[in-house]
Amino acid sequence: MRKIIDMRLLPVLAITAIVVVLPYFFPSAYYYRIGALVLIFALAVVGLNLLMGFAGQVSLGHAGFLGIGAYSVAIGPGYFGAPSWLCLFVGAMLSGVVAFLVGRPILRLKGHYLAVATLGFGLLVAIVLTNEAGFTGGPDGMSVPKLVLFGWSARGADAWYWIAGATFIGGFLLALNLMQSPTGRALQAIHDSEIAALVLGVDVARKKLTIFTISAMYASVAGSYLALFNGHITPDVAGFLRSIELVAMVVLGGMGSIVGSLVGAVVLVVLPQALTVFHEYEQALLGLIVMVFMIFLRRGIVPSLATKFAGWRK
Amino acid sequence: MKVLQRFTVAAAASLLAILSASQQASAQIKIGAVLSATGPASFLGDPEKKTLEIYVEEINAKGGVNGQKLQLVVYDDGGSADNARTFATRLVEEDKIVAMVGGSTTGSTLAMIPVFEDAQIPFISLAGAIQIVEPVRKWVFKTPHTDKMACEKIFADLKSRKLTTIALISGTDAFGKSMRDQCVAVAPKAGITIAIEESYGPRDSDMTPQLTNIRNKVGAQAVVNPGFGQGPAIVTRNYRQLGITLPLYQSHGVASKQFIDLAGPAAEGVRLPAAALLIANILPANDPQKSVVVNYSQKYQQKTGQAVSTFGGHAYDGLMILVEAMQRAKSADKSKVRDEIEKTKGYIGTGGIVNMSPTDHMGLDLSAFHILEIKDGNWALVPGT
Repeated sequence: MRKIIDMRLLPVLAITAIVVVLPYFFPSAYYYRIGALVLIFALAVVGLNLLMGFAGQVSLGHAGFLGIGAYSVAIGPGYFGAPSWLCLFVGAMLSGVVAFLVGRPILRLKGHYLAVATLGFGLLVAIVLTNEAGFTGGPDGMSVPKLVLFGWSARGADAWYWIAGATFIGGFLLALNLMQSPTGRALQAIHDSEIAALVLGVDVARKKLTIFTISAMYASVAGSYLALFNGHITPDVAGFLRSIELVAMVVLGGMGSIVGSLVGAVVLVVLPQALTVFHEYEQALLGLIVMVFMIFLRRGIVPSLATKFAGWRK
Repeated sequence: MKVLQRFTVAAAASLLAILSASQQASAQIKIGAVLSATGPASFLGDPEKKTLEIYVEEINAKGGVNGQKLQLVVYDDGGSADNARTFATRLVEEDKIVAMVGGSTTGSTLAMIPVFEDAQIPFISLAGAIQIVEPVRKWVFKTPHTDKMACEKIFADLKSRKLTTIALISGTDAFGKSMRDQCVAVAPKAGITIAIEESYGPRDSDMTPQLTNIRNKVGAQAVVNPGFGQGPAIVTRNYRQLGITLPLYQSHGVASKQFIDLAGPAAEGVRLPAAALLIANILPANDPQKSVVVNYSQKYQQKTGQAVSTFGGHAYDGLMILVEAMQRAKSADKSKVRDEIEKTKGYIGTGGIVNMSPTDHMGLDLSAFHILEIKDGNWALVPGT
């Protein structure tokens, strides 16, 4: 029994070690910023991976929740003078409630219909953020007050690296626990065969709704962090391209692999930075590299490599 | 396994390329730029990028600035404010730039401002909105005229025609929205009353209902249409189809030949404010900007094979204001250069004549705009503007 727990926590310990040790090799604040961005996106991707990898549902509108979280910490303190940390929680709750209400009808849809419905939701959020200029500043966006906790104000990329790192590891643990819970097992059953799960007595629609709500809250917290970290937020945070980017991170890292979520975020945040030396060819190369990954590591980086390594050991 | 090895080799090779690229000559003056060269705002970023590259090359061919060559570091934010901020951090921390030109959109500029303020690096933005320089920030400047000025120019022309009550129809895109807000804000001061206001979405293909409302509104003497892209062309067509005879004003956002092509004969008689660059050919020879705008548009067309846009002109102005400031400062010291940018007086650029001061970090006045009228499918300068 003891051994099983240790095995399960191994990736968490490894990632914690990496997050803690890595800054010793950071030459400047720029690297802290990249690190923080990776961890913030990884948090959103863990949530989306729960939905995609475990419940087998695709959401093409997940950036909508990122947007709700981001604008919660912008509008709350800006217009109502509420503390940022409170707005972060309110934003996450709001995202959860919205996901619950939206999810009730749309999670009864299957396959492509669900993807299209979430796509519509995401676009809707982006349109509202763009058009309600009185509150959101419209397409030019609005500034976000700094996060202040017990008199300490979180500024600088290094501070946000540690905040995002701690939260990511927390989110990681939570996701691992969730997967070992009855809900997690039910979800995996749904993923493998919805009909079989139904026959076994799993309330499929309800379980999907639960996980959709949870994944929306992950995205919302990530969105709030992004807004607080950047200090200025524009509606492109909730845009369609952002949603696609999140889905790409999940698929690239490996659906159903929580470690894969981090790897996917690392690749898609760091790679565009590394490719800037190629100027005009940057986008084409990025596409090419992602394609190569998907051709040779078909199930995503982490699961495919894990299988390969397991093969070598024998 | 083989695949993996190849990956490793490729990764190592690209890492080397990055390292060698970042270690290139350090005796140069490094200028940074974050532009939206791709993505939804590429109509801004693309001409800006080309302009900066053309002129940095030209300046270096002539021996650089104060005997030092310029080195331009350009990043493409793809229209995302978040990416812009990351690249801004990279320019400051990794590339160690001494000055910054660019920020194509207002959103990306506002996202980058704190980075350059913290690092105390002069930052000349190429984005439109007034909140970039109002309130004045010590290290932040901008070259493009603002929407507010376009509104004021239109209102001044209306007043000269003794028209004081208008109808406003605007697009809900970034440009239309921002200009609409500015027009509404400056209208009372200009003595203009807005009798009725309508709006349309950026992708709408018919504005007849909104225009019918305007036609039925008693009292409106003219119609003003802040908007960008195809919307204003559709408004113009629908306007004539409905037989509305009130004078129609479009914004500087559609001051391109494309608008006349899209709107066709309906565009006859439409007036709009425009910067000198777009009317280089019809500017009178004694206009102070004549030679600057003619030279720039010839050079740009010759090098890129494309027609000039005002956006590229903003980048030209930003770079030249910076270079002249460095020459006056006789150094590339950040704070000396900043002081000299602020002292820019009588700089004749593509966007107008720039006179900066500690309270005005844009330095343009209404003379930056000319009022044009479309006659026989072409621009004609309205006399006295």
